[in-house]
Amino acid sequence: MSRAVQVLAPVFGALSILAAWQFLLPLSGLPAYIAPTPTKIFAVFVTQTDLILTNFLPTATEALAGFLFGNLAAMMFAILFAYARFIRVAYFPVVLFFNTIPILALSPIIILIFGLGMTPKIIIAAIICFFPTLVNMIRGLASATSSEEELFRMLSATRFETFLRLHLPRALPMLFSSLRIASATAVIGAIVGEWIGADKGLGALIIQATFNYQSDRLYAAIVASSSLSIALFALVALIEARVMRGWAR
Amino acid sequence: MRAAAVETERLHIGYVNGRDAVTVLSEVDLLVPEGEFLMILGPSGCGKSTLLRVIANLLDPLGGRIAVLGGAPEAARRARRTGFVFQDATLLPWRTVLQNIRLPAVVGGRQSKDLPAARVEEVMALLGLSGLESRYPSQLSGGQRQRVAIARALVDEPEILLMDEPFGALDEITRDRLNDELLSIWRETGTTILFVTHSIEEAVYMGQRIMVLGANPGRILNVRDLRPIKSADNACKREDPAIVAEIAAQRRLLAEAS
Ligand SMILES: Nc1ncnc2c1ncn2[C@@H]1O[C@H](COP(=O)(O)OP(=O)(O)OP(=O)(O)O)[C@@H](O)[C@H]1O
Ligand SMILES: [Mg+2]
Repeated sequence: MSRAVQVLAPVFGALSILAAWQFLLPLSGLPAYIAPTPTKIFAVFVTQTDLILTNFLPTATEALAGFLFGNLAAMMFAILFAYARFIRVAYFPVVLFFNTIPILALSPIIILIFGLGMTPKIIIAAIICFFPTLVNMIRGLASATSSEEELFRMLSATRFETFLRLHLPRALPMLFSSLRIASATAVIGAIVGEWIGADKGLGALIIQATFNYQSDRLYAAIVASSSLSIALFALVALIEARVMRGWAR
Repeated sequence: MRAAAVETERLHIGYVNGRDAVTVLSEVDLLVPEGEFLMILGPSGCGKSTLLRVIANLLDPLGGRIAVLGGAPEAARRARRTGFVFQDATLLPWRTVLQNIRLPAVVGGRQSKDLPAARVEEVMALLGLSGLESRYPSQLSGGQRQRVAIARALVDEPEILLMDEPFGALDEITRDRLNDELLSIWRETGTTILFVTHSIEEAVYMGQRIMVLGANPGRILNVRDLRPIKSADNACKREDPAIVAEIAAQRRLLAEAS
């Protein structure tokens, strides 16, 4: 397949589905409050830009902050667990236990503690990012081959040098694969937090639009949230390409 | 008299698994004079890598005595007097060729400035790597990767080079060429080389002496001096009848050992 086809085929695929949605859906007799046409959804972005924007910004802030804090904390704990044996043995089971609590069950408690502002949503988004990154990073830090370990021992490298020049770079591929996933889950965390208690944000907009049968707004909010995920994902992919330049070409 | 490069007496090596120790080789009495090119042959699993690890101080012996350059293996390792080349090259994929060769200058308490650029250029030229400085390992051929690994081991000018099947994964043509290059590096630098291989041809072609190890029990089976059938600078021709006969003899010996 030529490059042009490879690029254009997915565009064609998406457009064909949108076209089918636009023109075949009204024929199916499905009421508009269940599924509005793409043009009606798009119209919301044009006619109610302010509404979308004022709800988009808080969610974006919460997701981004949660993403940063959750992943940073996960990386720091991973390093701690990887190098402090006692702490790992003592606390890793506790962390595993916390991970089994469904985030939906935990969210109301977090809202109770931190109120209705942005903080609880950031915390929920951070928690949802934390665990996969923690586990991936711990595995990544231990993923150097035995001959790489022996090379560093041969060179009499200190523990810190081995961490910095071997274990950390070795952990990057696994770290980035979990950051890619976290780019989507951070947005989910922020929205879930807003469902439970918020008057602003895409999550709040989704709830309000649903109860008021404003399906065009509802769908517009969904499109906005997935755009947020995509933007975050693209940011991660961009940083990854920069950091890992040359690795596996 | 100069100290021997490696000297062992009733050396006993193996691995400790929990409470019990698994013997790999025992009764190893070995004397490698400085500057020697020693080849180590033996059936798979007999303990060739383990022996190199003990000499490199990557593993402690279970018993007996070992001296490396007249002292403890650890002292030789810490002073960078021993260098190791692994079978899989072990280049760090996130570092360029130049950065890989400079790795010894940034770890182990070294400062980057302690390694003059001229020295790096010198080893790169020695191994025919000039011009590849900014390539990443994934952009190199297998032979080039091994050359980088050797350059990295040589950059600190070690007195002993321990090589664990470094050319095992290469095609024959590349291997033959690297054999000749390694021989000329050895002549130029005077480094003692202990070289583990599975290839009998390689062992006979490069070695001044060949040590054959056997398994069950792990022992030194035979040490053969090849200097009488080679020229003074340890050169020989692959098709020389004496070399061909030696290869056949070593093959018989190794078949008995396995
Ligand atoms: N970390 C380890 N713990 C316990 N036993 C080990 C360990 N590494 C190797 N062994 C055992 O020690 C013996 C010698 O292993 P070694 O790697 O030295 O063999 P080798 O001669 O280098 O073999 P090959 O030619 O296949 O590389 C083998 O029986 C192996 O199973
Ligand atoms: Mg081996």
